[in-house]
Amino acid sequence: MRGADELRRAAEFVVVPALALAISAAIFSAILLAMGQSPAAFFQLLWRGAFGTAFSWQNTLQRAAPLILTALCVALPARAGLMIIGGEGAFVMGGLAAATAALPLLGWAPAPLVLLLMAIAGTAAGALWIGLVGVLRHRRGVNETIASLLLAYIAVAVLSFLVEGPLRDPASPNKPSTHPIGAETMLGPIPGTSVHWGLVAGLIACLAAHVLISRTTTGFAIRIAGGNPHAALGQGLPVGRLLVLCCLLAGAAAGLAGFFDVATVHGAANVSLVAGYGFTGILVSFLARHNALAIPPVAILFGGLSAAGGLIQRRLGLPDATVALLEGVIFVTLLTSETLYGRFAIFQPRGARQRP
Amino acid sequence: MPEAFTIPAARGAALEAIGLSKRFGAFQALDRVSLKVPAGEFHALLGENGAGKSTLVKCLMGFHRADEGEVLLDGREARIRNPREAQALGLGMVYQHFTLVPSLTGAENLVIARRNAPAVIDWAAERRRLDAFLDRTPFRVPLDRNVGALSAGERQKLEILKLLYLDQRFMILDEPTSVLTPAEADEMLGHLKAMAERGEITVLMITHKFREVKAFADAVTILRHGRIAGSGRGLTTREMAAMMVGEAPGPDKGKAVQPLRREMPRSHEPALELAGLFAEDGDGRPALRGVSLKVAAGEIVGLAGVSGNGQNALVEACCGQRPLTDGQIFVNGRDFVPTRRAFDEAGMFVVPEEPLRNAAVFGMSIADNIAFRRFEKPPLSRRGWWLDRRAISAAGRELMARFRVAGPSPDAPIGALSGGNVQRAVLARELSSERISVLVVANPCFGLDFASAADIRARIVEARNNGAAVLLVSEDLDEVLELADTVAVISNGRITYKAPIAHVDRGSLGVYLAGGSDG
Repeated sequence: MRGADELRRAAEFVVVPALALAISAAIFSAILLAMGQSPAAFFQLLWRGAFGTAFSWQNTLQRAAPLILTALCVALPARAGLMIIGGEGAFVMGGLAAATAALPLLGWAPAPLVLLLMAIAGTAAGALWIGLVGVLRHRRGVNETIASLLLAYIAVAVLSFLVEGPLRDPASPNKPSTHPIGAETMLGPIPGTSVHWGLVAGLIACLAAHVLISRTTTGFAIRIAGGNPHAALGQGLPVGRLLVLCCLLAGAAAGLAGFFDVATVHGAANVSLVAGYGFTGILVSFLARHNALAIPPVAILFGGLSAAGGLIQRRLGLPDATVALLEGVIFVTLLTSETLYGRFAIFQPRGARQRP
Repeated sequence: MPEAFTIPAARGAALEAIGLSKRFGAFQALDRVSLKVPAGEFHALLGENGAGKSTLVKCLMGFHRADEGEVLLDGREARIRNPREAQALGLGMVYQHFTLVPSLTGAENLVIARRNAPAVIDWAAERRRLDAFLDRTPFRVPLDRNVGALSAGERQKLEILKLLYLDQRFMILDEPTSVLTPAEADEMLGHLKAMAERGEITVLMITHKFREVKAFADAVTILRHGRIAGSGRGLTTREMAAMMVGEAPGPDKGKAVQPLRREMPRSHEPALELAGLFAEDGDGRPALRGVSLKVAAGEIVGLAGVSGNGQNALVEACCGQRPLTDGQIFVNGRDFVPTRRAFDEAGMFVVPEEPLRNAAVFGMSIADNIAFRRFEKPPLSRRGWWLDRRAISAAGRELMARFRVAGPSPDAPIGALSGGNVQRAVLARELSSERISVLVVANPCFGLDFASAADIRARIVEARNNGAAVLLVSEDLDEVLELADTVAVISNGRITYKAPIAHVDRGSLGVYLAGGSDG
């Protein structure tokens, strides 16, 4: 009986998002038809480009890795009742800090030490960036959604300023960058694949976040504070400090993603860091309903969408933004589907249904 | 439509309600209530919270359909099925809370309130007509300023102007002066009284303030427990208070708990001491104006009061949900700052009203909600950081049984429970500690059936018998009189009365509840 009830509740969290995805596919098909394209061909190519071959799988995972971490940047504060949408800023600051931290060490320090210090610098920079949002919210009541979004733009501006100014490597005339950390320092892929270690870090971070939220006393306090701050105050819980803690951890995750982007892909900080991973992470977190364990599969789905973008562009002659449009449709449908929870009697536990 | 703005032609209607009854489920909110308000009368409607005043006027205004009875307007039967029909018949209402749009000016508010407001408004013409309209009313309100920038008194006058403007000349006012200063209240009621005397309007005013009834009302009707407790003209404050709070309870009432009481050796040091508490409400208006109160171990102090006199702010201030602007709370002689450690060390527990809103997390399980006070302690967690979910679930199951929480399972979300069961779950959390030294409880039995209420009251008395200092904040006077060792009254953010239960007489208590000193 109890098992059946739990199954019902769990089923709701699978069926409703699946329904939302199906509806977005239908809407997007209509758009494709209006453009004179065949939806069948589109979704077939989408599948092939994302998951059809070993190469596309690796490409997908490669793109999923930063999304897992930037999604955590949304999911953790969301559990504390905060809506942070500025993971992009922490991602950029993390990458910038990692690249900058490497500069004085290049040439004499061993690569593992350089990478370790880069990781620490990137994580810390991201943590402080979103932590600042938490402090502003806690101390001054500044809306965290707006503050984090605007700080993301500031982060991009800081990046441009530094790589075009004080930190510019003179050897980068076309694309202003920091001094490259060098191929010998860069982090290689997971052996036997082209996927970088950020994926592993992301999976570990999700597991850690899940344990923190659902198995520790701190996570319990965060859930109380996020679910009803008024009640949390009545229990003497330090609501403000819990919010700031969540923001710090969230920013650390996005900053770590920025570090991996520099250490494995670009080898230096430049505007390539501003690739929208922070913003796509918002979609991922929402589709995962801010559940850390649901983030990796959803991130892989979105990684697949973006991995297939190139193929779709080449084969169907559709503009590059087509996949972004699909992502947008999914996001809106998904937000709308939030209103469906609790509407279907079949998912309700039997006991609850009989209440007066 | 210039007719809409001429006052002299319009007259206040006469209203008669005959045998109105209204049930909500098992609760009889109105029981054959009859009321007669002749044209041009200023009629006051008195009663405690839950006496049925609001239900009565909501039936008149068409928000509720009465189960039985009829309403006559000017002697003709009126079928009022919804508020729109009531307004069309000239019945208008001013609510306790403002209904104007704060970001619009007074003039804009008036014009958009009109049902036939045109899509394109000729403001110059409207202003001329509004000025002509204003000239014929005694109220002076600046119509060019945003309503948000007006004082409470001006806003309330504008609400009344709106009724006049819409030609709703039977005015139902629901505690119209609760947000006004006494001077503002007197000015506004004085104008209404004069207009009523000229026969331009008829007024039915819900109030708790005997002073206003005596100064302005021609006649008064008093409700108690959904029935007419009395009515008349020129009643004294004492007579009205007696009707409002009822006769002293019969010999068998209140005795249910009495045998459970045990005399406690009262310590001279209060376990809970509130020293000059000041706090503001959500809009920055003063809610507590220097509340000082002492509760000894083994004593229940029952704090009675009409709702909205600062009780909410007081309970929230005690448990850290509302900052104090001044004053201090002492628990067992030590300054109490509401941190988690302080709650724990002091043995302080709080059961606020509306527990689902104020003390529970909707999406978390019943067992989790019950664990809020001690989740970081063994056996619910290990080494202070690792939750033992099985232990939380087991502890939840045990307390659900002990406090008779009827729910599907301890792991079901607390939002799936009925109101009474949420209340029990929160009580299970706050009353199950071995060492309760201070307990603050607000309206613990609101909306519960008789058996549940008796059960919860017995548990509160049990906590007292075990040595807890209990501050019971309740809008139910019978509950206070039944449980309290000491009775206090809060009025307008101040403690206006405090006496041992043996010295309390219902009549004078009613006067304090109504905010009057005596008269």
